[in-house]
Amino acid sequence: MGGFSFFGDGLPEVDLAELKGKLIVLEGTDGVGRSTHIGLLKQWLENHGHAVLDTGMTRSALAGKRLKQAKEGHTLGGITLSLFYATDFADRLENEIIPALRAGFIVLTDRYIYSLMARAIVRGSDPEWLREVYGFALKPDAIFYLRLNIDELVTRVLQSTGFDYWESGMDLHMGEDMYESFVRYQKWLLAEFDKMVENYGFNVVDASGSVEDVFANLRDRVDEVVARNGR
Amino acid sequence: MAGGMKMYGKHRFPGRLFIVEGIDGSGKSTQLMLLHKWLESEGYVVYSSEWNSSPLVQDVTKRGKKKKMLTPMTFSLIHATDFADRTEHHIIPPLKAGAVVLADRYIYTAFARDVVRGVSPSWVRELYAFAVKPTVGFYFRTPLDVAMKRLLGGRDAIKYYEAGMDLYLSDDIEESFRLFQGKIIDEYEKMVDEFGLVAIDATRSIEEQQSEVRRIVADALAGTKKTKVRRWVDLASLATASRK
Repeated sequence: MGGFSFFGDGLPEVDLAELKGKLIVLEGTDGVGRSTHIGLLKQWLENHGHAVLDTGMTRSALAGKRLKQAKEGHTLGGITLSLFYATDFADRLENEIIPALRAGFIVLTDRYIYSLMARAIVRGSDPEWLREVYGFALKPDAIFYLRLNIDELVTRVLQSTGFDYWESGMDLHMGEDMYESFVRYQKWLLAEFDKMVENYGFNVVDASGSVEDVFANLRDRVDEVVARNGR
Repeated sequence: MAGGMKMYGKHRFPGRLFIVEGIDGSGKSTQLMLLHKWLESEGYVVYSSEWNSSPLVQDVTKRGKKKKMLTPMTFSLIHATDFADRTEHHIIPPLKAGAVVLADRYIYTAFARDVVRGVSPSWVRELYAFAVKPTVGFYFRTPLDVAMKRLLGGRDAIKYYEAGMDLYLSDDIEESFRLFQGKIIDEYEKMVDEFGLVAIDATRSIEEQQSEVRRIVADALAGTKKTKVRRWVDLASLATASRK
């Protein structure tokens, strides 16, 4: 009761009954402030006596470094890149996330399978196939989806790092203009995320306010998840 | 089963794809090499799809194996990544160009190996749903003892993952190899009907096996592109001509 479960067939050699912590996901497109809020949440949870593991995409010991290089070289095909990401994710799930949950940590993850699926879908992978492939993933305790509309997102990105190749979906060859490509690509991703809100039970967090306001909202909702009993 | 193959599935490319499967020591690579020679001599455009995928993916696989970092799940996924790269770069383009593509081992190797490692059979089949269905898949059926005899003669040391040492079947690498390959054979046998693999009795002579393989391949080749065959006579006249 209240224990963890997998989306599909799951992982061999994992006893779900041993997992005690909480798995909390922050999702959202590029530039919505996910990493800022992960940092703030971590500090806040630790101040309240919780052990926290924060983790993100393409950081695995196995494939993280090579995956970054693969992106720089743009040499991999769509299916190959999707599976490379899945490998990287599986490595982190098995070697970081699950051991931390076993030890009773709160795991805060910057993106999860949803971002990986959204990016793969806009690059032509079959959504049904992706769902099956990620059947080995653990269902999180909560997914907070930081949402900005496209105009807010453009302003936010301009104020910080500017448009980058991948965040603009330039690999999809939708045109030479980075701004136009960014808008089209991110709109497309937003549409995919919006479809997932209901399917996967995302908690939508309006990310348009100040960092303080967004964090206060997020903190209260994370607090509820952490206080929830069951394990 | 066919329902899973939804991306390239039963391809409509002009080329043909022939693959060989079987445990190590089944003689499948020898048979494929002989098939290659014959197809070339018949004037077909033959492309051998080696496992030469992107250096990036290869590098992760090698490192993961060397450092024994791989779990059954990451082992399965990194090989699927590698295979996807091979599909996108070395299988689809030549098939589109009308070539006869040959592959030594295919998705069935992954199905057998990953399931023996405890991965869900239905999951791994879905994972490879992007693969091209082969025109013919040959399975070289070999009793374990025969394969072991062929291998233990002239072969380098058996490797850790090849022997399934990560499954802790036995501390002795040779014994582990035997137990692991036995389980692989069980999986292959289940797949013969599931995927319509053509089983070849690999205990017969090399020549007998090859003539059966050629007969089956010939039937599947109708309408495939050929080039003008350059016989050695042509080459000899070319050589003398250029010398003047």
